[in-house]
Amino acid sequence: MTALVWLIPIALFLGGLGLAAFLWALKTGQFDDLEGAAWRILEDDPREKSDHS
Amino acid sequence: MSLSMTAAPSAAMNNSQESENRFGSATLTVENMACGACMNSIENCLNSLSGVNSARANLSVKRVFVSYDPHSVSIKDLLEILGTQGYRAAEYFEDGLTEQKDPNRDLLKRVGVAGFAAANIMLLSVSVWAGAGSDMSSSTQTLFHWLSALIALPAIAYAGQPFFASAFEVLKAGRLTMDVPISLAIILATGMSLYQTVLGTTQVYFDAGVTLLFFLLSGRYLDQMMRRKAHNAAQNLLSLQSMWATVINEDGTAEQKSARDIEIGEHVLVTKGQQIPVDGRLLSGTSLIDENLITGETLPRSAKPQDFLYAGTINLSDTIQIEAKAVNDSTLHAEIGRLMTLAEQARGKYVRIADRAARIYAPTVHLLGALAFLLWILYGAGWEYALTIAISVLIITCPCALALAVPAVQVVAASRLFRSGMILKSSDGLERLADIDTVVFDKTGTLTTGIPELINVAQIPAEILQQAARLSVSSQHPYAQAIVHIARSIGLIIRPASSTVEVAGSGIKSEYGGQECRLGNWAWVHADLDFQSSPPNDGEATLYYRSGQGKITPFVFQDRLRSDATFVIDILKKSGLQLMILSGDRISAVRETARRLSIANWYGQQKPDEKFARLEALRSDGAKILMIGDGLNDAPSLAAGHASLSPSSAARICQTSADVIYQGEKLNPIIEVLAIAKMTRKLSLQNFAIAAGYNAVCIPLAVAGLVTPLVAAIAMSASSMVVTLNALRLSSSKLELIK
Repeated sequence: MTALVWLIPIALFLGGLGLAAFLWALKTGQFDDLEGAAWRILEDDPREKSDHS
Repeated sequence: MSLSMTAAPSAAMNNSQESENRFGSATLTVENMACGACMNSIENCLNSLSGVNSARANLSVKRVFVSYDPHSVSIKDLLEILGTQGYRAAEYFEDGLTEQKDPNRDLLKRVGVAGFAAANIMLLSVSVWAGAGSDMSSSTQTLFHWLSALIALPAIAYAGQPFFASAFEVLKAGRLTMDVPISLAIILATGMSLYQTVLGTTQVYFDAGVTLLFFLLSGRYLDQMMRRKAHNAAQNLLSLQSMWATVINEDGTAEQKSARDIEIGEHVLVTKGQQIPVDGRLLSGTSLIDENLITGETLPRSAKPQDFLYAGTINLSDTIQIEAKAVNDSTLHAEIGRLMTLAEQARGKYVRIADRAARIYAPTVHLLGALAFLLWILYGAGWEYALTIAISVLIITCPCALALAVPAVQVVAASRLFRSGMILKSSDGLERLADIDTVVFDKTGTLTTGIPELINVAQIPAEILQQAARLSVSSQHPYAQAIVHIARSIGLIIRPASSTVEVAGSGIKSEYGGQECRLGNWAWVHADLDFQSSPPNDGEATLYYRSGQGKITPFVFQDRLRSDATFVIDILKKSGLQLMILSGDRISAVRETARRLSIANWYGQQKPDEKFARLEALRSDGAKILMIGDGLNDAPSLAAGHASLSPSSAARICQTSADVIYQGEKLNPIIEVLAIAKMTRKLSLQNFAIAAGYNAVCIPLAVAGLVTPLVAAIAMSASSMVVTLNALRLSSSKLELIK
């Protein structure tokens, strides 16, 4: 029983962490171009100009 | 990967703060950005341009966001360099009609919150259910319920807002939609669960309320994402239609401008072959104007100074100057606008299937709840128990399956349409398409390609054809181009004739081997002869060619049918639909098209208001009309039809009023969209039947007081699953229009 006292808060905290990560990803526009992102991982040549853009 | 993805926008943000004055930004839409390789080469090609700070392509929406220095590079340069790489690009702009900024992201946030809450509450609920049979003490149970409440209340208050707000709006207007029972069920489930938690009993439904909310939000998000995708595609198409115009300033200098920046009263130069960018009055020059998109007429009209010209028409023969006029000045536009408002009012009265169901469903369920309450009171139960029963009736009948019934099918249908190159624009378009019994076609640009073809080529000696082609090469007239096209296709070599003279509305002449050659109408080829005779046939679709004193050769033209027109019309007829052609083109041309497609019902030379009146007459006879058209003259009819389709080559105004826009050179999408619409309706009705069946079983149980939280959870999720799975059948099922 006493295990619940700290297990439940930990579970909720971890869940909340996931939610926060999702909201952060959403806010930074990572869901804006799902098709493009799939292709971008295949790019291997570092382009000088767009590296800092 | 996520690091590199996020680094870009945040770095761009920092940059833009300090360099806001130095850099401009633009969004370009690129039509043929198809894969990652395109994306890569577009970015590289733009980045290689000096003056471009950064370019980032978005493959999902087929756009590039460019930040550039306006002093060293212009948007036109950006478009040109993309053009050299083979990418058709245009500056992207949003219509005035565009919805507010990205509602999708807001909805996705709510989906995330609801999902988090649903998962955690479910975890607690499962523990309670599992513990019910074993050693869980009631104090632990109550603790778990309190924890659930702690998660559920803020989550519902935040994530449920779209439903609550919409239900409130609808109730205020005195109507009923599905959002009303949804909101009521969620609020009641939560309220009662909270009450039971305080009492410390077991009738707690937080999990059901939040899970329902999560499912419904996901459905709504998918629905909106499809709509957004369609909207994006439509916007891209429209942006690609926008163009550059040459404006002559008062000091005589020429300036390149985007067509939508042209102001009233400015003088615009339109060279041969260019599309006229604005409505305006012809100032100087005479020319042939192709008004196909406006009137449906395949033959160009000759225009002289003071004539009014419409945006979207094409200048065929000479360079002209026009004075830009406001859209409202043009009587045609004003007339079309008036007719469209009239037509859209009628369509606005359409009530969606789901809302029709809600009108019956909501009062019935609420009445049953009240009845259950009364019965239990009369039976002698305490008011608290009776209320619990009444609320559990409302919850068990919670419109989960019912609310998913139509949206689930709609989402699958829209994505299937999108895969086949069709853009579903209105949310109830598919429902209306399933109703139709009459199909009305525009001719030019819809049934036909709008491009004439030479049909008597077999009777023309190759040498004559070659000579005529030499003259035609310099002309933009559709008939001349048809001659060149056919001459090239049979392998003739065409050397352009020197010093050709083209007289708008008459013909072309030149010297060849010391003899004068003339190609044009009957009067033109006889102009330097002493005798005149009447033309052999009506002469409208015929050109004549004469070299020196030689024989006169007729060239007969016909509007080319779309390649699968006969096949598609045949299928539509077999499926029992009434067909009709309403065209603005010459009667003889319409008669010929109708004959070739064997459509008995046809009308030619119809003005926009006449087309509209015919549709109104048909409609008052009870016909449900599907209007298919592409010209400005079809716009009111498109709005007047019960449903409407437009090809992606259609005038802007048509794309705005059509329910579905189809891409490609074929008519086949018409069959496909009708079949999908029929299937969508069938599956929606099936889903309603499933939901109704579920309710028929569960309501008696609830009224009898036999529903425990576990039974409720299983029954409700099972019905939602069945409905969703049934909807998914649409994505792969074979389509057949004819039974």
